[in-house]
Amino acid sequence: MAVEKKKKVMNADAVKEELLKKYPPKVARKRAKQIHITGEEGNSEIMANVRTIPGIITMRGCTYAGCKGVILGPTRDIVNITHGPIGCGFYSWLTRRNQTKAPSATSDNFMPYAFSTDMQDEDIIFGGEKKLEQACLEAYEIFKPGAMAIFATCPVGLIGDDVHAVARKMKEKLGINVFAFSCEGYKGVSQSAGHHIANNQIFTHVVGEKDVEIPGEYKINVLGEYNIGGDAFEIERILEKCGITMVSTFSGNSTYDQFATAHTADLNTVMCHRSINYVAEMMETKYGIPWIKINFIGAEATAKSLRKIAQYFGDKKLIDRVEEVIAEEMPAVTAVQDEVFPHTKGKTAMLFVGGSRAHHYQELFNEMGMKTLSAGYEFGHRDDYEGRHVIPDIKVDADSRNIEELEIEQDPTRFKPRKTEAELAKLAEEGFGFKEYEGMMPEMDSQSIVIDDLNQYEADKLVELMKPDIFCAGIKEKFSIQKMGVPMKQLHSYDYGGPYAGFKGAINFYQDIKRMVTSKVWSGMKAPWEENPELSATYVWE
Amino acid sequence: MLLRHTPTEIKERTALNINPAKTCQPVGAMYAGLGIQGCLPHSHGSQGCCAYHRSALTRHYKEPVSAATSSFTEGASVFGGQANLVQAIENIFTVYEPDVIAVHTTCLSETIGDDLNQIVDKAQKEGKIPAGKNVVFASTPSYVGSHVTGFSNMVKGTVTGLAESTGKKNHKVNIIPGWVEPSDMEEIKRLTAMVGVPFIMLPDTSGVLNGPMTGKYEMFPKAGTPVADIKSTGDSMGTLALGEWCSADAARALDSKFKVPCRVLDMPIGLKATDRFVDTLRIVGGTSVPESVMFERGQLLDMMADYHQYFFDKKVALVGDPDQLIALTEFLLTLDMKPMHIVTGTPGKKFEDRIKELCAEKGYEPNVRAKGDMFLLHQWIKNEPVDLLMGNTYCKYIARDEDLPFVRFGFPILDRPGHQYFPSVGYKGGMRLAEKIVGQLLDRKDRDAPEETFELVL
Repeated sequence: MAVEKKKKVMNADAVKEELLKKYPPKVARKRAKQIHITGEEGNSEIMANVRTIPGIITMRGCTYAGCKGVILGPTRDIVNITHGPIGCGFYSWLTRRNQTKAPSATSDNFMPYAFSTDMQDEDIIFGGEKKLEQACLEAYEIFKPGAMAIFATCPVGLIGDDVHAVARKMKEKLGINVFAFSCEGYKGVSQSAGHHIANNQIFTHVVGEKDVEIPGEYKINVLGEYNIGGDAFEIERILEKCGITMVSTFSGNSTYDQFATAHTADLNTVMCHRSINYVAEMMETKYGIPWIKINFIGAEATAKSLRKIAQYFGDKKLIDRVEEVIAEEMPAVTAVQDEVFPHTKGKTAMLFVGGSRAHHYQELFNEMGMKTLSAGYEFGHRDDYEGRHVIPDIKVDADSRNIEELEIEQDPTRFKPRKTEAELAKLAEEGFGFKEYEGMMPEMDSQSIVIDDLNQYEADKLVELMKPDIFCAGIKEKFSIQKMGVPMKQLHSYDYGGPYAGFKGAINFYQDIKRMVTSKVWSGMKAPWEENPELSATYVWE
Repeated sequence: MLLRHTPTEIKERTALNINPAKTCQPVGAMYAGLGIQGCLPHSHGSQGCCAYHRSALTRHYKEPVSAATSSFTEGASVFGGQANLVQAIENIFTVYEPDVIAVHTTCLSETIGDDLNQIVDKAQKEGKIPAGKNVVFASTPSYVGSHVTGFSNMVKGTVTGLAESTGKKNHKVNIIPGWVEPSDMEEIKRLTAMVGVPFIMLPDTSGVLNGPMTGKYEMFPKAGTPVADIKSTGDSMGTLALGEWCSADAARALDSKFKVPCRVLDMPIGLKATDRFVDTLRIVGGTSVPESVMFERGQLLDMMADYHQYFFDKKVALVGDPDQLIALTEFLLTLDMKPMHIVTGTPGKKFEDRIKELCAEKGYEPNVRAKGDMFLLHQWIKNEPVDLLMGNTYCKYIARDEDLPFVRFGFPILDRPGHQYFPSVGYKGGMRLAEKIVGQLLDRKDRDAPEETFELVL
């Protein structure tokens, strides 16, 4: 007879204690500050964006990955040359699933290519600038791109190759925009530093390069959306249906010209706050474009974001159109929601991913009646957890200081406030918030466990102690979790599915999660002879 | 077209690598480390290297790949990574409790000149390495050689770090299988056992990177080469190194340090290379080849004969790693196929010479390039089309654009299962390769045949 095993629910404090127990004292002290239990009186601070302790198996990557891999990777018509030994260029070659759709069969699309200077020992000894120049010339000769970008890897900074000087020289010689990123892997404490470096350089060298008026009534940029699994296609579909013009995305399915004309938009909408808020801030200062936080992950969140955009423009035509679109899209969503709900209701999830996704995807789980027991970011900062109001209190440490903060001034000719003082006051009265992000923690239930920079030991322990019905993280975590019999959803690559954004994305997600939490695969773990191990003396035929 | 910008006209490049046919040393070192029982590989560099290598290996094997990193920051890069590594060693032994840590360097720690010998010695002296535990290491600068070199260096680092000579022979043969799949390592062990030769295989990822689903995650499964066995390699009768690029250095190190003689063979891929492996085993082990091995050999030969008409004269483009490609080229030639374009990203003029030599026996000269890239391979294909493409998953972009039958072979295979469970070495592996090749060729024939010549029996 099968015995129903009761799930023992461990309280959050006990779990935290258990996670820290095995660490050497110094490690335990630091990790204790990065593990936060929500809802505790007088304690709302988590330690984040700090160094990973050597030897602790982190989920994090490096600055190069954040810069080349995340921000510039999805742009199809820039030739991205990695200056370094072959590995970095190889690993960032098509592995992040940024989809792109070139308008025609002959339009530029360099994404299936990996370009590298493949530095050898003689380049390390004698310097690699000459080789980099030659590589740029060869790339131009073969591909004739409209723009080229150069990415520095660890040894480049150490041997002192001046990638920016090479970029300037090539820009002059080739007559196209060439710019470089000092995104050596050792800078900063995670990918986050790479995002910042990418933001700075794209803003400095590309945004505002083309003063072309893009036609459209309601013009926005979508920042921090990387078109994993076609998310951007779905967002584009919805915006187009609403009559909203997307001038640029940073940087899913993007092009050089989109970045170059981004300053002509009238609103910046920020999806992934962590990776792109710098560009939003700088565009506001220089060009007067306000920014708002939006989220297209989750059907309700999508509807809310569309309404917010419409409210900003304040035009009845748009407000009505947005309502029409939501009314048209929602029935299909709720139909699937109703279908999966009985299967997913009351199930539990854990999310450890990115700098926004661990927050955004809670929306989708909520819509399915699933509870997030524990969540955290790989490379988030305190503001991503606690909200932007803590920014003035964040201590700037040596690692953050190494990443340049650009001094931005108003553009003498192109700065244009998008709203009058009166309009802003009216929006404020309606409760409309600019530059607002409340972060992940205020939206989580009390006694949830928030863990920054989760490592493999803690991940395995959490699963062991709390047995969630699904665990979400990246490829490195996937198979150790699944060996324990818990389905694991990759939220970087979507397990090669998606899109998960927007209305159609929500439907995909509901169905995928239902499939995973109801799968029979996990029940096959025990063989019949393990279920019924009674010994038998002889062959038994009856 | 996905690779729409690749022109037919070939311009010689001296600086720009486009679509690499190799990756960097540390990932090979990490893979080798995973083949030691109870071992946690450790990447001494910035944490992105470790993340990239773990991701690459995980995507290929669809298995957990644990490895730690020194997590360099700017400070460590300026002042040296000693403090990071010593701290890492202490944390790893406390938290993850491996028996061995296999440390490899990166371009970062190499460029700043970190000396692993000295740092590990310091950790030892400071008592950070518990009694009975080991730290082995290898220098694996990413700007020299390729992932294959890194594998070779880590295997060499493991034997030089652990092997001992007790003065008493263990009557075993060391086998260094090279960077092959866990399934291949299993198959080499099976074949060696069938020939009746006692052996130690290093590294051995079978059971580590093709493990079962049990409901329990074990960071260190009971698989991989046990430390005691690695120690004992210094007492072995001899070493068989399978593959000059992957395995020869470790074998030669055992020879020079402990006078364990070595033979460097090709990887046993295909009929002839497997024949040479089995024949050498028989000779060094003083055994005779059993009927069961002859049976498998005969099955492979039978299949080759049965489907010979479809293999005959088919042109093939190949990309991958030197040891695999040499044996594979030989196998394809044995099938009477015609490898036309052969590219490896790994350097080594010897590779080009060996491939040319093999093809010369058939009276033609192929396009062959060491230190080449997949962009060049694609251009060669555009200039002289082929009937079949064999290589890693990145080839699928070429296969799609050029509408080519494609057999996945090598590293990484990111989009199909099987390679980790079913071998391509030995006679059985030869049959699997032949099956895949003929399957692709005949699927194409079936797809393209006009209705009147569409055949039921092939």
